[in-house]
Amino acid sequence: MVFIGVRAAPMVALTAFSVGVTLAMQAAHSLQQLGAEIYVPDLVMVTLLREMGPVLIAVIVIGRSGSAVAAELGTMKVSEEIEALEVMAINPVQYLVVPRFLAMLVMLPALTIMGNYIGVFGGWAVCTLALDFNTAGYVLRALQSADTWDLYSGMIKSGVFAWIVITIACNAGLHVEGGAEGVGQATTASVVQALLAMLVTNAVLTGIFFFGA
Amino acid sequence: MNSNEEPIIEVVDLVRKFGDRAVIDDISFNVHPGETLVIMGGSGCGKSTLLRHMIGSMKPTSGSVRIFGEELTTMNEREIGCVRRRFGMLFQSGALLASLTVGENVALPLFQHTDKSADEIEQIVKQKLEMVGLTGFENLKPAEISGGMKKRVGLARALALDPELLFSDEPTSGLDPIMTAVVDQLTLKLTHGSHMTAVVVSHDMTSAFRIATRMIMLGHGSIVAQGTPEEIRTSTNPEVHQFINGEADGPIPLNLSQDEHEHHQHVKPRPFLSARYRFHHKTP
Repeated sequence: MVFIGVRAAPMVALTAFSVGVTLAMQAAHSLQQLGAEIYVPDLVMVTLLREMGPVLIAVIVIGRSGSAVAAELGTMKVSEEIEALEVMAINPVQYLVVPRFLAMLVMLPALTIMGNYIGVFGGWAVCTLALDFNTAGYVLRALQSADTWDLYSGMIKSGVFAWIVITIACNAGLHVEGGAEGVGQATTASVVQALLAMLVTNAVLTGIFFFGA
Repeated sequence: MNSNEEPIIEVVDLVRKFGDRAVIDDISFNVHPGETLVIMGGSGCGKSTLLRHMIGSMKPTSGSVRIFGEELTTMNEREIGCVRRRFGMLFQSGALLASLTVGENVALPLFQHTDKSADEIEQIVKQKLEMVGLTGFENLKPAEISGGMKKRVGLARALALDPELLFSDEPTSGLDPIMTAVVDQLTLKLTHGSHMTAVVVSHDMTSAFRIATRMIMLGHGSIVAQGTPEEIRTSTNPEVHQFINGEADGPIPLNLSQDEHEHHQHVKPRPFLSARYRFHHKTP
């Protein structure tokens, strides 16, 4: 829990801040040509809540925690630790997978919320420092543009991603065979599979949430 | 040994095949309460595979394994779990959980399978670690201790629940001679004093003769010889003689050179190196 959540926080913060800043700058660039800089906060807010927040934070967590879980369980598998648990009549899934699963299910959405805040803060930095916004104007526009469904949809996505990431990571870890090399392969495979599965799922969920209804 | 009692383990006609190769080829034997059975044999003779069948982590191709009078081969995971609580297993590498300290490793089965309070468990952990000569190592991580120490912690953990039956996979390999003697004496004390039964896989002959009440020697997946240590020591079987005296020349095939066996003859030899590599080196 501490590893997945707390120690990932600085990295998530930096990423979210850069994304917020970048989003605002790009939005400003395009919207300026239409004379519509006023919509910059809208764009930052909605993009972050719906897409960039959940997806980017999931990417970080896959790279950081998903790979770590796969490697850790894989190492335990090749060093007979999993078998030792079984022989001690301790169910390895209950003992090892369940806590990681819960940690991920709690921490990924939590990190996403934090990332959203910081990303919006990044947008604020650009708007107030480089564009003619004051703080109140930015906050007002941002809040007006987003409704609670934007937030919830992002949270649902983030929960689904957490489930995907940890399932793939644990599965890869527990099925390692063939020593250190196998652990390496499983770790790589878990990251690649989790990324692909996460991005495809994101596209599907976006389709369901914002085009279906 | 009291052979009137019900055997604690009965292995009957056990066969295990990997593909076409029978790693265990029709093995039958019994283990009686209070015995220390040493299973020996060269590397790759099926010792570890046999042990894995006795602890229920592998299923045989055919045959049966009965432990405490219950058939192990047809049990589901939950039933196997119940049987497993009654025996301890020492793995070759110790198989400690790297994320827990030494003390927590020994305490793990106690926390999982008993209702004892934390204080009681701490006392038991201290006592078990003392038995294997590791007092004061509770708070170290497995990565911070040597291989031999890990193995002794593994033994302490296997004994944590005071099992009726102990399986050991190479308990003394990697230990210095003094620690080997300590572990052997511990095994003797437990089997004599607490009437524990032990099944030990080993190719450390000194240790094997010290602790065994009965010995089985495996070769090519079947039993080559069995008997008391004295019978094994005086055996006229040339394979046994070669093995216990550690001689390089003898009837046991080593696959060291061209004296290949039938099953290798029709396999076309494949070059080790890729064609490109060899070509590269042929050019003058």
